[in-house]
Amino acid sequence: MAILEVKDLKKNFGKTQVLKGVSFTVEEGEVLSIIGSSGSGKTTILRCVNQLETPDSGYISVDGQVFFNGKAEKESDEERRRRQLLVGLVFQDFHLFPQYNVLKNVTLAPELLAEEREDYKHNKKQIHEEIEAKAKEILAKVGLSDKLENYPCELSGGQKQRVSIARALMLEPKVLFFDEPTSALDPELTGEILKVIKGLAEDKTTMVIVTHEMSFAKAVSTKVIFMDDGVIAEAGTPEEVFDNPKSERTRAFISKFDD
Amino acid sequence: MSFLEVTSFLLDGFKISLLIFGVTLLLGAPLGLPIAFGSMSKFKPVKYLFKVIVWIVRGIPLMLQIFIIYYLPGLVFNFQIFGQVDRFFLIEYGVMDAGRIMAVLIAFTVNYACYFSEIYRGGIESISKGQYEAGIVLGMTKSQIFKKIILKQVVQRIVPPMSNEIITLIKDTALANCIMVCEVIKQAKELAATKAMIWPLFYTGLFYLLFVGLLTIILGKGEKKLSYFRS
Ligand SMILES: Nc1ncnc2c1ncn2[C@@H]1O[C@H](COP(=O)(O)OP(=O)(O)OP(=O)(O)O)[C@@H](O)[C@H]1O
Ligand SMILES: [Mg+2]
Repeated sequence: MAILEVKDLKKNFGKTQVLKGVSFTVEEGEVLSIIGSSGSGKTTILRCVNQLETPDSGYISVDGQVFFNGKAEKESDEERRRRQLLVGLVFQDFHLFPQYNVLKNVTLAPELLAEEREDYKHNKKQIHEEIEAKAKEILAKVGLSDKLENYPCELSGGQKQRVSIARALMLEPKVLFFDEPTSALDPELTGEILKVIKGLAEDKTTMVIVTHEMSFAKAVSTKVIFMDDGVIAEAGTPEEVFDNPKSERTRAFISKFDD
Repeated sequence: MSFLEVTSFLLDGFKISLLIFGVTLLLGAPLGLPIAFGSMSKFKPVKYLFKVIVWIVRGIPLMLQIFIIYYLPGLVFNFQIFGQVDRFFLIEYGVMDAGRIMAVLIAFTVNYACYFSEIYRGGIESISKGQYEAGIVLGMTKSQIFKKIILKQVVQRIVPPMSNEIITLIKDTALANCIMVCEVIKQAKELAATKAMIWPLFYTGLFYLLFVGLLTIILGKGEKKLSYFRS
């Protein structure tokens, strides 16, 4: 069974139809890249799956749990949060918490979550130590062991984005989403982020990446979707989409990046 | 009257000024928060109700509000509640002006709460949507997001405008003398009237100056302490 399933997803903002029926699946361990021109609805897809936007119709499930089925339902905050933990989102412009240092940015959410555990009162100290150890391990993986005590305002863009990736990884989402993770960065800093994501792909992390980095998308993904004006104009393996695009629109779009 | 006697006489008045200052701050600052949330409510009637309240309270001179609160019960219900309180405290405890001070405290607290509420609202609305969304995506509850992420950033942003209001507040306490509360300037006027001494009136300025100096140092320290992060 697919770990992420999106079926006939539609979303309007006022009168403009931004998603006009989008369907795709992602299997465990796969890396899906979503490419396409500005305004084609890529971010909206991620925001719908991550419950930041309510779709108008369609179906979304993650790891067998139904996120959305046809229409918006009244539900508790509790319900929403339980599902939320199955997915993670890395924003284009990081959204780190400025008042916390790097370590705390990464441990905050799991710590708050742990407070709800039944054994929290008894094992408080141990739980916090475990969370901290895990955070340090993940921060080491993204190459930030020497920045634990720094505040976000003291970091470069690339470092900030690595913190935000670590922050999302802490909750071990079933699917990790990236929305143009390198677009806010200076060109010389994009490499370090792409390297981290490649590392995650090698660890078989299931990911959905919206990106304008074509060669990266080609190298890292198992599947590529080309979005055009709210619909999937083309989908397939990187070879199919990049080397033998079927549609004219895809060819035109990709050729803009060839140089 | 010697310089020392004048100082002590004025100091008695300044204690009342400080009382008004302290109570207004202590009650007005928290009261501003529900008013801020009210005027940001997604439920339109509530939102506009609070907006109208804030408009009226900020739109009328504070001195007039003191008059209204002090005299209105007597005019409308034919019951001068503050006068009664005055009398009661004077007879029972030998305390002067209790009712009048109460009227002033009510007017000040409501007035400043409205000003504070606008500062809070500005601070809360200035936090980027991304901060809330980051919290949501990490599975936090709404109250966790507010307490753990938003609040401190808001506090950092509102310290400078709050400092301004707080400094204005100590000087506004002089308005209490419009209903004969014996704050420091009223005391000085008393000396002018009974002893034909004008200089104590000017001397009161020093009391304010010293206190504002102290406030500036304390608030500046607070601002510095919060400047370890940039949002
Ligand atoms: N909150 C919103 N309100 C109204 N319109 C919106 C909103 N969010 C997005 N849109 C519109 O929806 C369309 C798709 O936006 P979206 O952000 O999904 O595009 P995108 O493919 O991510 O583009 P980009 O590559 O520029 O990030 C755009 O036309 C945008 O103006
Ligand atoms: Mg986008």
